[in-house]
Amino acid sequence: MLKQKDLLGLKDLSKENIELILSTADEMRKVVDSSPKKCDLFKGGSMATLFYENSTRTKSSFELACSYMGGVYTSLNVATSSVNKGESILDTLKTIDSFDTDIIVIRHSKSGVPHVFAPYVKASIINAGDGTNEHPTQALLDMLTMKRAYGKIEGLTVAILGDIKHSRVARSNIWGLSKLGAEIKIFGPETLLPKGIEKMPGVKMCGSLKEAVSGCDAVMGLRLQLERMTKGLIPSMGEFAKKFGVNEEVLSWAKKDALLLHPGPVNRNVELSYTVVDGDQSFINEQVTNGVAVRMAAMYLLNQAKRS
Amino acid sequence: MLTLIKNGNVVTFDKVEKADILIENDVIKQIGKDINAKADKVIDASGKHVFAGFVDMHVHLREPGFESKETIQSGAYAGVKGGFTGIACMPNTNPVCDNKFVLRYIIDKAKEAGLAKVYPICSITKGEEGELLSDMLTLADNGAVAFSDDGKPVKTSQMMRLALEYSKAYDLPILCHCEDMALTNGGVVHEGYNANIWGLKGICRASEEVAVAREIIIAEELGAKVHICHVSSKGSVRIIRDAKKRGVKVTAETCPHYVSLTDDEIANFNTFAKVNPPLREEEDVKAIIEGLVDGTIDCLATDHAPHASWDKECEFDSAAFGISGLETAFAVNYTYLVKTGKIDLPKLSRLMTKNPCEVLKIKNNGIAVGEKADITVIGLDKEFTVDRNAFVSKGKNTPFDKKKLCGEVICTFVDGKICFGGKQ
Repeated sequence: MLKQKDLLGLKDLSKENIELILSTADEMRKVVDSSPKKCDLFKGGSMATLFYENSTRTKSSFELACSYMGGVYTSLNVATSSVNKGESILDTLKTIDSFDTDIIVIRHSKSGVPHVFAPYVKASIINAGDGTNEHPTQALLDMLTMKRAYGKIEGLTVAILGDIKHSRVARSNIWGLSKLGAEIKIFGPETLLPKGIEKMPGVKMCGSLKEAVSGCDAVMGLRLQLERMTKGLIPSMGEFAKKFGVNEEVLSWAKKDALLLHPGPVNRNVELSYTVVDGDQSFINEQVTNGVAVRMAAMYLLNQAKRS
Repeated sequence: MLTLIKNGNVVTFDKVEKADILIENDVIKQIGKDINAKADKVIDASGKHVFAGFVDMHVHLREPGFESKETIQSGAYAGVKGGFTGIACMPNTNPVCDNKFVLRYIIDKAKEAGLAKVYPICSITKGEEGELLSDMLTLADNGAVAFSDDGKPVKTSQMMRLALEYSKAYDLPILCHCEDMALTNGGVVHEGYNANIWGLKGICRASEEVAVAREIIIAEELGAKVHICHVSSKGSVRIIRDAKKRGVKVTAETCPHYVSLTDDEIANFNTFAKVNPPLREEEDVKAIIEGLVDGTIDCLATDHAPHASWDKECEFDSAAFGISGLETAFAVNYTYLVKTGKIDLPKLSRLMTKNPCEVLKIKNNGIAVGEKADITVIGLDKEFTVDRNAFVSKGKNTPFDKKKLCGEVICTFVDGKICFGGKQ
């Protein structure tokens, strides 16, 4: 059982708890694959989502996870809410908390928002992405995808490529994968690599794309935001694609049948070539399906912890 | 009125000696062993240390404009509680202290408070906007002790050059907040491992060092004096040391938090550790202490930056920069510099009183006959746990909360008058 109120990140989550979420998620995946998709594991439970940033996958998968488990939810539309009238994050959170929901899922463009405000609310907070800090459920679904393909995480080699500096997905994956005994190979343009990344656990810095990808069990691309170019961190999308992007040739350097992963949404022909996104090794859609299972597991386990 | 401070260990700028101090009204009348005088008030300082009152050359008193963070009264009270008999306040108020009316307002408020002496610093440029020089000579005539655009750098190198050029003949102290804003680029903490693992935007060392180099190069060419505020990085120490060796008239200050803390303090988004320049790494702390020891850095100042609770109780990126430092400064400096054997007590007294006064051209000979009785009595051995809620400053924002420190201020005299403590 998870003995904590909130799921804020993988930095502070123990190996045992990560494994617990993954094994629970594996069970939840059976519900997702069955028909009708139904269980009572969150029956009578309620969830609110509060997304200050756009989301396709994360928000809908939390909503579906809640529904599949028999819970109810409300999703606050930040664009049309009182946030637009200048209501502070804390005031908004306290308002939602007064609805007495069991879980509040929050995403915000600033790092640490869930951490700073979680102590002020009764509900369990799930971090659905905070700035450039963490996106724990994304990393958990990435790990579930790898675990389902290989049976275990320990001993795997995973390349994480591109804009590491601004990526909460990369950070959560590094924490999670390293705790479970995987090696993480990092490569990207120097302007998109954060200082100190080399000191993170399990990380091996690579000098070339080939070095990074060679021998990997999984290759993970990250979304490159257009503003990285306008702010001068890279000269052009074209150069990035050519020197740092994954195409069929690059993917061929990895182990045979290595998984191609991406948190989405993909910029086709930038971080991943058009063909590899739709190729046999692409697990990008599988990741989305696993996302529902992981969120079911996280919600269920946090709720159990609260009720006990 | 005669006051006698008995049996204290008197710390002057060059030695520590057991002595009594007799104060007549506002002036030190006699220093010596076993003074027998019929004093109106006797303070038993046995086992305690008696310092010249500290002078903090860098505080933010927030008034006028930001009275929810601090007022001149509350800041001056925090000053005497921290053992400071003089504090020099930065001009980044609202309105900015760039004219004699705001200057007069500050001087009047300080007089009304009657606590630590307040030395106003006026802005180098009008509105701290970096476009036009303030009326520096007029302001100096009206009580400004120095000039600074602190809170931000003087925008362009050319404007800094004009300021140093214009003020040179009058020898006005120019205090520089050194920061290349393009390099800071929206950063909130030191760029390094901790910034990375908390997903926070980093401020590189070069952001400070490029600007330190700029001020030094300009001052060197003009033969002007320049003072570098709140040194936080090892590179700045090196640049200043090299400049001093060449004979450049540069002085520098650092702050208690830069000699004691690293960016480890930002863990879990602790906004109390958000300060500009940022807390950096162990190697920077080490270099700064070396700079203090070898005389590269002349002064310890607090950069006292009080904030209201809501300025800090928010997401890290939005939280205000700054540490409320007056009430922990001495204890931090003593615990991390003297107790560790890096410097001795007279040196600490020079760093906290003599040298800042020299930079600001305030006459201060410390504890000596005929001097104003600005005196602080301290219990050095007394270990205590910092309780931010016990601060008298309106700003309770400190990364030292719950930390154990040594050296407690027992009593502070300003012009012979007890302004803090002394109830025995």
